[in-house]
Amino acid sequence: MNTSIQEAQPIHLTYREAVREALREALRKDDRVFLMGEDVGRYGGAFGVSKGLLQEFGSDRIMDTPLCESGFTGAGIGAALGGMRPIVEVMTVNFSLLAADQILNTAATYLHMSGGLFNVPLVIRMGTGGGKQLAAQHSHSLEGWYAHIPGIKVLTPATLEDARGMLWTALEDPDPVLIFENTLLYTMEGDISANPEPVDIDRAKVRRAGTDVTLISYSASLFKALDAAETLAQEGIEAEVIDLRTLRPLDDETLLTSIAKTHRAVIIDEGWRSGSISAEISARIMEKGFYDLDVPVERICAAEVPMPYANHLEQAALPQVATIIQTVKRMVTGHD
Amino acid sequence: MTDFCMPSLGADMKTGTLVKWHVKPGDRLKRGDIIADVETDKGIMEIEVFEDCVIDELLLKPETEVPVGTVMAKIHSEVAKKVTEAKVPIKETAKEKHLIESTKPPVKTTVTSTPVTTDGKRLRVSPIARKLAAELGVDLTQIKGTGAEGAIQERDVRQAAALADKVEEPAIERPVEKPLETPAAPAKLPSSAEFQAGMRRAIAAAMSRSNREIPHYYLETQIDMSHPLKWLEMENQKRSIKDRILPVVLLIKATAKALTEIPELNGYWIDDRLQVEESIHIGFAISLRQGGLVTPAIHHADTKSLDELMAAMRDLIERTRGGRLRSSELMDATITLTSLGDIGVEKVFGVIYPPQVALVGFGKITEQPWAERGMLDVRSVMTATLAGDHRATDGIIGARFLQALNTQLQTPEQL
Repeated sequence: MNTSIQEAQPIHLTYREAVREALREALRKDDRVFLMGEDVGRYGGAFGVSKGLLQEFGSDRIMDTPLCESGFTGAGIGAALGGMRPIVEVMTVNFSLLAADQILNTAATYLHMSGGLFNVPLVIRMGTGGGKQLAAQHSHSLEGWYAHIPGIKVLTPATLEDARGMLWTALEDPDPVLIFENTLLYTMEGDISANPEPVDIDRAKVRRAGTDVTLISYSASLFKALDAAETLAQEGIEAEVIDLRTLRPLDDETLLTSIAKTHRAVIIDEGWRSGSISAEISARIMEKGFYDLDVPVERICAAEVPMPYANHLEQAALPQVATIIQTVKRMVTGHD
Repeated sequence: MTDFCMPSLGADMKTGTLVKWHVKPGDRLKRGDIIADVETDKGIMEIEVFEDCVIDELLLKPETEVPVGTVMAKIHSEVAKKVTEAKVPIKETAKEKHLIESTKPPVKTTVTSTPVTTDGKRLRVSPIARKLAAELGVDLTQIKGTGAEGAIQERDVRQAAALADKVEEPAIERPVEKPLETPAAPAKLPSSAEFQAGMRRAIAAAMSRSNREIPHYYLETQIDMSHPLKWLEMENQKRSIKDRILPVVLLIKATAKALTEIPELNGYWIDDRLQVEESIHIGFAISLRQGGLVTPAIHHADTKSLDELMAAMRDLIERTRGGRLRSSELMDATITLTSLGDIGVEKVFGVIYPPQVALVGFGKITEQPWAERGMLDVRSVMTATLAGDHRATDGIIGARFLQALNTQLQTPEQL
């Protein structure tokens, strides 16, 4: 064995591989952990995340399930109550609505309904987001809905480190945790440490420091915000970019600290605008940061339509870098 | 239980030093009783309680200097629990300092609203700009916003403040009042250079704020004092020398009664609107021997008789020079009156003491030729001036006031 003390070289991988490595680590470390979901075994996962895991860990731990989200999510809850640490994969958040009863009425409430006797240490992973021309039944971003529910945590890893690290922290949590993986991010490549550090799942992070405006986003939108910030910097506008990382619980402190400095905030969210997580964030800024604001909070969200299939329409429906730049300039200068 | 806090004894007071407690835990106090002596830039003040209450705990040691709003003692009311907040502007923490500065007598809760321009349009001001303007003393109605639809934003306020700093003139010093009556009371105030510098700073802060924020208008009128002086002379013949009434008392009473007719000049400009006060408490400018001046209030001047007013003024002058003023006397004035006639000044153009909205000035009474009904006569004439806050009132109100003042003075027997 060659595990000398020397600094491990960073490894190059995709977001998909980072999630897979996280799964492998969990499966290796804790034999109570198992993965189940539609096509996770023989097919290797609808998005190829669990490719090779069936061969490596066997069919007891990588389980293909019938096409019945309610059933296998409920089975996951039962297994968690029975002492296991199940990871349930739901192909996309649109399909998770079939399991919404299990998630809300059972997983999120069981600790309460049992008078504090039974935690549900369940992790559910799901794909989310649009931009791949999968049309209106496979492309929505409903993570904001789940962030409405007390009793669960809602994680939205955007970076490779978080994709790699959040799963284990989630498994250690005694209560249900939902992890949303934006399917556009699976092909994102980069370097991460070969020995990744554990990550927390309850704090937002400032991904880029700035003084003029706070761009608040998460998941795939984070990179649109970062791209916009780069362009704005060339024009002398320094945007601070915050990655929420976790939609429930929201890290108000990081947001408000940033706004106390910049006095302007834009929320970029792939979800629909009405009744959304962006609305919740805007309300909190109003409640707790009103006197720091110099202009009204703005939101850049998905158009309020079922996600179109046609590429140009789908792109028009999603938040875009150009819109972020235009919005920020208007806020900073007072005119378009 | 309620907090008894360091009161603000004037818009410019930021801290106070506890000199001594007049009470101990368990003591029962009536409204108006003295709870403690507090030293400020203006001298040592006796602090009163404003409701009947019982002292539970004293939290401050003498010789401690604390910011306005700091809890000094725990008390409870035996009646209800709305104890001292009724009158003393407390509770505010440093966080809300701007509130203290603009809310001198906080008796009523006022709904603050965005400033309105002269043509009645609601100004669009961002929250941070509004906060900053209050901190920097910037008048939002004088700023042109550069934000969307003309909204005033942080940068506009900063720019205006920077500009104001550049052109700021040296603070106009309020003319110092000469003693009207000098009961021989030894000045007990500490007369160290430090104390005087403190008072100078306090005056400078209040007057700079006045000059920066208040768009003053000035009106003057000549008042024939022949009849009132003659009447007073006859009145005084009925009194022993020590009880005689000074002419200035007529002026105080006439001012107070004129204000009952023109109440718009009696009150405060707070939160961008005029708040007319029902009670008339005339702040009377009194100079201190070691320099500087204070303007303690003569409470309810409109309802006091001339003899009561004379006694009140005598007492006030004595205690002012002795440094024994009460907190309410420093906080309550609803208008200021300054008389410089005794040292030969003919007209007084006053600087309003914020957040008040008017200052009445009286000059020397001189014999002058006076033409009336085609005849020339020699009369005792005095110039009365009014400095008004143009945000709160217009010249016509001021003119009506001076007219009412004259009418009051011409019927001294009704004063």
